[in-house]
Amino acid sequence: MPGALAARERARVASKRRRATNHAVTAIAVLSTVAALVPLVAIIGYVAWKGTSSLTLAFFTQGPAPAGGGMANAIVGSGIVLGLASLIGVPVGIAAGVYLAEYSHGKAFRNIVRFTADVLNGVPSIVIGIVVYAWVVERQQHFSAFAGGIALAMIMVPAIARTTEEMLGTVPQSLREGAWGLGIARWRTIVSITLRTAMPGIITGCMLAFARVAGETAPLLFTAFGNQFNSVRLNEPIAALPLQIFVYGMSPSDEWHRQAWAAALLLIALIVAAVALVRIFAKRRLPEGWR
Amino acid sequence: MLQIETTDSATNPRLLLRGTSSGRFRGKMADRAFGSAMLLCALSLFLIVELILSALLLKSRLSIGQFGWNFFSAKAWNPVIGNFGAATFLFGTVLSSLLALALAAPPAIAAAVFVLEICPRALRSTVSFLTELLAAVPSVVYGLWALLVLVPLMRRPIGPILKLLFGWTGLLEGPNFGVCVLTASVILAIMIFPIISSVSRDLMRAVPVEQREAALALGATRWEMIRLGVLRNARVGIGGALILGLGRALGETMAVTMVIGNHPAIVRSLFAPGYTMASVIANEFAEAGSDLHLSALMEIGLVLFLVTTVVNAIARLLVWAVLRDRPARAA
Amino acid sequence: MVAKGEIALAPCVRIRWYAAGLAVALAAPLCPARAQNITGAGASFPNPIYSRWFLEYGKLHPGVRINYQPIGSGAGVRQVSQQIVDFGATDGPMTDAQLAHAQVRLLHIPTVVGAVVPVYNVPGTGAALNFSPDVLADIYLGHITRWNDPRLRRDNPGSALPDQPIAVIYRADGSGTTYVFADFLCKVSAEFLKSVGRDTSVSWPVGIGQKGNEGVAGLVRTLPYSLGYVELAYGLENGMAFGNVRNPAGMWVRASAESVESAAQAALPSIPADFRVSITNAPGEGSYPITSFTWLLLPEPARDAAKGRVLEDFVRWMLDSGQQQAAAEMYSPLPKSLAARVRASLNVLH
Repeated sequence: MPGALAARERARVASKRRRATNHAVTAIAVLSTVAALVPLVAIIGYVAWKGTSSLTLAFFTQGPAPAGGGMANAIVGSGIVLGLASLIGVPVGIAAGVYLAEYSHGKAFRNIVRFTADVLNGVPSIVIGIVVYAWVVERQQHFSAFAGGIALAMIMVPAIARTTEEMLGTVPQSLREGAWGLGIARWRTIVSITLRTAMPGIITGCMLAFARVAGETAPLLFTAFGNQFNSVRLNEPIAALPLQIFVYGMSPSDEWHRQAWAAALLLIALIVAAVALVRIFAKRRLPEGWR
Repeated sequence: MLQIETTDSATNPRLLLRGTSSGRFRGKMADRAFGSAMLLCALSLFLIVELILSALLLKSRLSIGQFGWNFFSAKAWNPVIGNFGAATFLFGTVLSSLLALALAAPPAIAAAVFVLEICPRALRSTVSFLTELLAAVPSVVYGLWALLVLVPLMRRPIGPILKLLFGWTGLLEGPNFGVCVLTASVILAIMIFPIISSVSRDLMRAVPVEQREAALALGATRWEMIRLGVLRNARVGIGGALILGLGRALGETMAVTMVIGNHPAIVRSLFAPGYTMASVIANEFAEAGSDLHLSALMEIGLVLFLVTTVVNAIARLLVWAVLRDRPARAA
Repeated sequence: MVAKGEIALAPCVRIRWYAAGLAVALAAPLCPARAQNITGAGASFPNPIYSRWFLEYGKLHPGVRINYQPIGSGAGVRQVSQQIVDFGATDGPMTDAQLAHAQVRLLHIPTVVGAVVPVYNVPGTGAALNFSPDVLADIYLGHITRWNDPRLRRDNPGSALPDQPIAVIYRADGSGTTYVFADFLCKVSAEFLKSVGRDTSVSWPVGIGQKGNEGVAGLVRTLPYSLGYVELAYGLENGMAFGNVRNPAGMWVRASAESVESAAQAALPSIPADFRVSITNAPGEGSYPITSFTWLLLPEPARDAAKGRVLEDFVRWMLDSGQQQAAAEMYSPLPKSLAARVRASLNVLH
């Protein structure tokens, strides 16, 4: 009897300890989440605070000037470089994804391509920058918006290819088979049925890739290069918001710091808008599709 | 089936007909052309790899020929006499990234557990939205914040407090200017937190519910359920998530360049300025005066590419091994 | 489009700036025959005056846009040598080896005289600190590490120098400012010459590297007890404290238009025909010792003849009315006799 009592007592103590551990771990998880979110919130909050107080009309309408001025040139420049990158990166990326999902027969080949895309996604963007410098800038013998667009497109392609492939993978096989059964050509099936069904997901992927390259600075350092004028030409150096943030942020000028914060806010707003658009879009379209 | 009804081709009989009878041959040609176009685009991924490798190899030939393997062990980086070695940059890169990983990993995994297993549903989307938002902040903005806000904070009060707590390790010697390896690691940790957390979360979510239920049915507490049912099953993948974060930190450029101090030296103190491979490229590439200098920078780019590729490949394999039914090692 | 000189006076001027820029941007694609877009890159040391010149010159010649990127002298030399840009700019004259290596013959055109100043951020010191050449060299060699070092106290008897470590800051990118500063230190310290040397980027034994004059000035501004070196204009523009330096005549000299010009005048007799010359540590009681010409690097012949003509016209304008604007941006104009020599050298080309 005493043995059984002791055992029960031990079990009680053990369960108490187990419960204590449980609470402790829960507390640790909560605390560390909060602790991790503090710098995160601090960064966003600080950028929002500093940025809004610096967003003036001049920021949007004027180029750099010895005193005051704004970032009109960088806003236009970022638009052009990103537009160019999307023009190249989106179709190529989607097509690569289509091939992976719809055409590649060998599992090995498919896995290799997929793996290549994944690994390319992890290549440091500065490496892309020097590679494009070697292939484009040095050959053309000048920095250009075009080179910047190429560099960003090289980052977009693998990212878009992977999400497109994944999204196409979620399209039920029966849809394709149905279309084939009706005698519809394979390419038409892909364009009109499979791609269309997966479109919300693919657009999500494109927007996320866009959001990622919108803030890239390193690949633009030696390609788009920066320009203090309001250039719109593709074969000339061009300004970009991230480049301007880098230069202005390191400078000793308070005015330039203000503009750097404003540019940071604008850039984050742009990226968040892209992501938010995706969420709204996806929420409306995805559930009907395949959920 | 709903989908078919909503698409043009399915509702438009003319389109269907074109596919069946009159345009069969044309259709086949079109099919082949379309397929080839898609293949070309898929092959463009290999083209990108080829472009990267050939540019880096070609341009670093001069430096490889000149310094050979000594490039990795030599500490000198002297443009005046044309003597270049990458040891200090390798050291700085590895040190700052590992430290960042050590700082980010525990809270990132804890946050993943929290969001997935503990967090009230109402709060969940807020937390994951915040995490996502952080992933959306560009590197240069982290750099801006680090330079103008974090660096002064590191000088006072964070630096002195850390010195008081951890001074005995001997890793915090020398003057603390705020612009140092430690600051770079902190900002890197903040930057890789979202990716580690979100990938770990995906992996934990992929653990079958039965595992959790089995643990709970045996009378496990929530922590025991998480430990036995979730973490143990997802640990390989979480390892992959950590390595993924490491890969991100190794290649991170802008934020690090702005706060690490850009001084090539191998010093024990975390308060001392350091230099990473990515930073030296960012700082010196456009300004390199001699061909050998440029070539040495290209070789550093090559090393950075190879290291991050290997690290990412390992990470992907680990994550795949968990997320897919079968490990993707066949690839 | 005749606005002259009165930059940064009133908001309306800024709008005019923008209007001018926009007009040029819009006009450029419309009249391709007259539009000339010229890209240059190089020294950030003279960037303030170059920006002003290119803007003013653009106003006088609608359709001509000279885009100058201050990415460092090393880059200027390399990129103009490879003809990536239409012209380069440098603060350190190219070496014979560099000239031989270039794909094209390059002319050195001196534009203005500038100075490099030791900027510092030491709370609590009143008057400008004095830095003797050997102390500067030893700080950058890592031999002097604290502000209250006896040798610093000896040179600054009246100042309360704190017992704090010196945060030494240097340029992480290749730059003419580094060249000029290192060239000066090489002349005054045998050890510096032996262990570091002169170049647009050198291997500093100690310190913190930052990118660009902006980066160095920015960090010195925010980091207490730091010391860096920047171009005089950056120091003045941002209201930073900078020190006096002792010249070979034994005088403590503060960098100013007069002391810089005095150094250039003193060096005149020694300037060779290709204008490649170092004038640091120039003789003369009033000469500021860390002084240098800064040069444009023009390919001869230009790859695009039309661009070459525009650049030559620009140089003539720069040697004439351009020089008068130098003082407003804290640079000293070229000595008159030197400007005449440069003009004469252009005439010989044709």
